[in-house]
Amino acid sequence: MNLVSKTLLLVAAIGLGACTDPSQYGTGGNGTDYNSTADLNGVNDPSSPAYFRETIGDRVLFAVDQSTLGDGARATLLAQANWLHANPEFDALIEGHADEQGTREYNLALGARRANAVEEYLSSQGIASNRLRVVSFGKERPIEVCSDETCYGQNRRAVTVISAGALTS
Amino acid sequence: MTFLRSLILTLGVVVSASVFSFAAIAQNGPLRIEITEGVIEPLPFALPTFMPEAAGSEEIALGISQVVAADLQATGLFRQIDPSAFISQTSDFNSPVQYADWRAINAQALITGAVNVTSDGQVTVKFRLYDVFSGNELGEGLRLGGTTTSWRRLAHRVADTVYSRITGEDPYFDSRVVFVSETGPKNDRRKRLAIMDYDGANVQFLTDSNALVLNPRFSPTGDRILYTSYESGFPQVYLLDVGSVQRRVLAEQQGTMSFAPRFGPDGQTVVYSLSSGGNSDIYTLDLRTNQTRRLTSAPSIETAPSFSPDGSQIVFESDRSGSPQIYVMPATGGEPRRISFGEGRYGTPVWSPRGDLIAFTKQNEGRFHIGVMRTDGSEERLLTASFLDEGPSWSPNGRVIMFMRETAGAGGAPALYSVDISGRNLRRVNTPNAASDPAWSPLLP
Repeated sequence: MNLVSKTLLLVAAIGLGACTDPSQYGTGGNGTDYNSTADLNGVNDPSSPAYFRETIGDRVLFAVDQSTLGDGARATLLAQANWLHANPEFDALIEGHADEQGTREYNLALGARRANAVEEYLSSQGIASNRLRVVSFGKERPIEVCSDETCYGQNRRAVTVISAGALTS
Repeated sequence: MTFLRSLILTLGVVVSASVFSFAAIAQNGPLRIEITEGVIEPLPFALPTFMPEAAGSEEIALGISQVVAADLQATGLFRQIDPSAFISQTSDFNSPVQYADWRAINAQALITGAVNVTSDGQVTVKFRLYDVFSGNELGEGLRLGGTTTSWRRLAHRVADTVYSRITGEDPYFDSRVVFVSETGPKNDRRKRLAIMDYDGANVQFLTDSNALVLNPRFSPTGDRILYTSYESGFPQVYLLDVGSVQRRVLAEQQGTMSFAPRFGPDGQTVVYSLSSGGNSDIYTLDLRTNQTRRLTSAPSIETAPSFSPDGSQIVFESDRSGSPQIYVMPATGGEPRRISFGEGRYGTPVWSPRGDLIAFTKQNEGRFHIGVMRTDGSEERLLTASFLDEGPSWSPNGRVIMFMRETAGAGGAPALYSVDISGRNLRRVNTPNAASDPAWSPLLP
């Protein structure tokens, strides 16, 4: 059987043909996301994604297994909604995340719940649904790597990632 | 003695099922291991290096001998006797066995073999299995044929035959595992699908690391793999052909995420979880018609579905009670019945290929466990415990479970482990990188 060599060749072909662009979507953590690539002066420009991330606050946190928004989270999301109203050329991708406690599948579903809670809140503030998309990363993209509550609490998050009209174009 | 009644098996060609029927074994008293009884003392066996029958056969003869012995030893049911203890030196595959010499070193089973490699790359292995204390051959000698590139499969087939004859169980060594190979730091992990022999040999990558991939699952015939990929930026279920490595997305619906796929026993039905508006429910997709069908409609999380081997039921995970628990429902949907009632949270239930047990992940008091329970939830047994054990997958014969174990902390990384359903013989499976989400194939055709 020549399965092995055939497999190798085809994997190589997939590698060449890959069209995924991981930099298109942020993970709210490491330096590869859209927001981080904004120029350094952006933080001082109130209409920049960097300002949104640093000054408005791009994320809200959740309790264990929960997707309900606390008062602090609502205040952050209200500011996010106001920013989105003021900057209609931007869309938002809301990423839901979980900590590493829990199975991969359950955490994917939990992250979807969290992202959806944020989406619903932004919608309730009048942000058009075609400017919002949600994605769950479950426990796949932690920003903090220790294995105790100090990290878990930061990883149970929903991050609003701003992009320039990419979602509807 | 000659191999008058032996059969030539050529790998990749359809093999008569009668080759692997061992009616004669049942009559055999002493040389028998009952796996369910929790073996305390592994059965000692002697395996003189298989004899090379022609010049140029030595290397593969040695390799096959080592893999056969490794397969048997790794079960924890057998113990190889050091060849330096041997009294008989076998020089001819057909010469009579000096049983007294093997009894003297307490070998209960004796495996002899010979290997012939031709210049055009054809490999033939012959072997015999002896019950030393009763002084009889156990089953008939067999001759298997393959090529120099598939010699490890020949070795696994020999070991499978020995294992089956002595335990009475179906074999499992001639099988593969698809898994997720992981590299990079914990906060920037790269994941690729990879496939390997069940023992970690012959690793091949099936995808590159550009897109996050999760939870691969074999089709019932082992020729296709379902998995979840973020290729589009969003988690979606993909179907990959193992031979051609061609892949296509399934069940793509704008604004939804699909994940946790598994094949039904018909190889045409896919059961998976779909999340829409933040709510995850269980769906099936017919690969022939592309028709989807929603099986659950609850505001709670329903995920990690797995078919019973007869296709009549689906076991899955739901937090409708307030915490994740295991439920069983008819394969067409309908009222689910909760079957997990112990302490803690339950997830990733997987129906055994034998139909008798459900393996699961359990989280309790800050620890994770792999466990098994009967299909009605009774007789729960926890097989492992660690910081994070997750994602059980059954061996083709339903006697061994492979799973992922991840270590804690900033340097934490996953690795693959296997354990018997008795909870014995916990072993790490060798992989070149960190590895997660193992899925065991059926026995290879």
